[in-house]
Amino acid sequence: MLLSIKDLQIHYKTPMGPVKAVDGISFDVPEGKVVGVVGESGFGKTTAVRSILRVMPTVASFAGGEIIFDGKDILKLSDRQMNDLRWRDIAYIPQSAMNALDPVWRVGDQIVEVLTKRGGMPKAEARTRSEQLFAMVGLEANRLRDYPHQFSGGMRQRASIALALALNPRLVIADEPVTALDVIIQRQVLDTFAKLQREFGLSVILVTHDISVVAYVCDHVVVMYAGKVVEKGPARDVLTHPSHAYTIGLYNAFPELSADHDCELSPIEGGPPLLLNTPPGCRFRPRCPFALEICKTDPPEVKVGPDHFAQCHRAHEGASLRQLAADPAVWRRVVTA
Amino acid sequence: MTGVAVAQKAGDDVLLRVENLSKSFMLSRSLGDVLRGRNPKVDAVSDISFTLRRGETIGIVGESGCGKTTLGRMLLKLIEPSAGSVRFDGVDLSDLDRPAELAFRRRAQLVFQNPFDALNPHFTIRRSLYEPLFNTQVPVADHDNLMGQALVRVQLDHMLHLLDSYPHQLSGGQLQRVVLARALVVQPDFIVADEPVSMLDVSVRAGILNVLREARDTMGLAAVFISHDLALVRYVCERTITMYLGSVVEDGPTRDVIARPLHPYTRALVQAVPVPDVDQSHDPLPIIGAMPDVRNPPPGCRFSDRCPLADNACRAERPPLRVVSPGRRVACFKVPDQ
Repeated sequence: MLLSIKDLQIHYKTPMGPVKAVDGISFDVPEGKVVGVVGESGFGKTTAVRSILRVMPTVASFAGGEIIFDGKDILKLSDRQMNDLRWRDIAYIPQSAMNALDPVWRVGDQIVEVLTKRGGMPKAEARTRSEQLFAMVGLEANRLRDYPHQFSGGMRQRASIALALALNPRLVIADEPVTALDVIIQRQVLDTFAKLQREFGLSVILVTHDISVVAYVCDHVVVMYAGKVVEKGPARDVLTHPSHAYTIGLYNAFPELSADHDCELSPIEGGPPLLLNTPPGCRFRPRCPFALEICKTDPPEVKVGPDHFAQCHRAHEGASLRQLAADPAVWRRVVTA
Repeated sequence: MTGVAVAQKAGDDVLLRVENLSKSFMLSRSLGDVLRGRNPKVDAVSDISFTLRRGETIGIVGESGCGKTTLGRMLLKLIEPSAGSVRFDGVDLSDLDRPAELAFRRRAQLVFQNPFDALNPHFTIRRSLYEPLFNTQVPVADHDNLMGQALVRVQLDHMLHLLDSYPHQLSGGQLQRVVLARALVVQPDFIVADEPVSMLDVSVRAGILNVLREARDTMGLAAVFISHDLALVRYVCERTITMYLGSVVEDGPTRDVIARPLHPYTRALVQAVPVPDVDQSHDPLPIIGAMPDVRNPPPGCRFSDRCPLADNACRAERPPLRVVSPGRRVACFKVPDQ
């Protein structure tokens, strides 16, 4: 296993007490696979993946758990060892690639800088390598002399992928890489990830709020809700047999092109809970149409298939819940209740 | 034309008639341009014509930079066209005097793309919602009633405590409902919704789309819905117009356009729509490269440099938008009459 996160906890210090942004999550990233981390904004996805690089705001701190990368616990490394790991072994593509490139530098020079300063490569070699990198992500070498503002959104996104790949990292963490892009460009960027994985065996953690992105490129999926992993497993199993009510809800809220014209979408009503002084029990309970009395106690992790787990008291009833959830009225009831 | 006349004139079924509408923006001139007397410009929207019936919803789809936002703003007289006209209820928007414009503002509203900066952060939600009522001079006696109705429409009526909150205290989905309520509170006949859900998580998008659908069905609201995602347009709009580099390339009933897209660009858009299906096709899109620089569009058909079907005829002459079957218009030489 390239990366294993075990029972990771990250707390934010606030005047009202600690906010448990990441509350005991565990998942694995196998070598050469794309793992999707899905969930709404504010659910700790970004906090969780940035902690793999130990890049966190000053108010955040590790409160427990371990992150094993290639056999080493990242949380136990010295700052210097950690710095060696960054970019060379684990690269990060930030949420908004538009702002990730320096506007006053040529894009090519930014890649060369990384290769020479962090990679220790001679300048001439770095130039050839940056042309290679541009080719890998489907950009023309003559655009290396351009400034970021001369690039379109999709090109900037691809340039930041090229930048992340500069030092041959073993793991790339991409935070919402296609969220602000048009459908056609989104497709082209996702195809770039798929190609890199296929041809270079790249391992990727892809953070997104959109399950269609998971369906298109991911091998495994981790669904997060309010700081916890509520469902995880192979993308195919989770998307065809979602077993946690939140995953089922994500699926039903998705506007599909092929669906019946008059069918109604079911939004997940209500909003995410505050992660301050959270009561015990399932975090999704206030928004869940299937919640029972027992849901006020912490849900167990139920194995619903090979490698497929859901954190829900009713996970074993998956099939019947999926059927019930198809009716939008079921989801509307939650507000009135 | 007075305000009363605009508000009361009701003739045929057509609410909005757009004729040969164009907009070009001037670019800054270099020294060379000045010396040669050139005025470089970008044609953001060129020669667009269509009509919107009362209660009809039209989706405008296309990539960023295709001019769909500029078009939407011209429909609301927020940008003056360079050529052509927009007639609202038979009256040309450029002929409106001050009182008539006020009456128009009450009947036509805009829903913004980004709810996080569409509301004044110093205003409570209540104040933001009353603002359009004051601005369009709705009698004060009606305010509370209209406000109540708008809150019911956007399903915030069970959360009245939010009215005294400030925008930063609300979630994205709640904010977008407020933005919608602000547009609907004056009970308009027409709204332009510019990418109203693109900034929101997928799970809360559905709620906003449902509100729009309901407003269409119960208020008889006519709408222009601008998006780059055909799946969203399909959910709300009866008709779809595809735009590419400032012009309309296809126009038709949404259902037909999605089931059988005729223009090669629409075909690529349909194929690119994301689906949550693990067995979906990974075939390459039938489209080449990225959108060209708007300042130097290719000669002939503007799509010709990305089109898999393009030949010399396409590169020599621009295909006109023509009717290929009842209700469907396409601008492509390669599409035969249906």
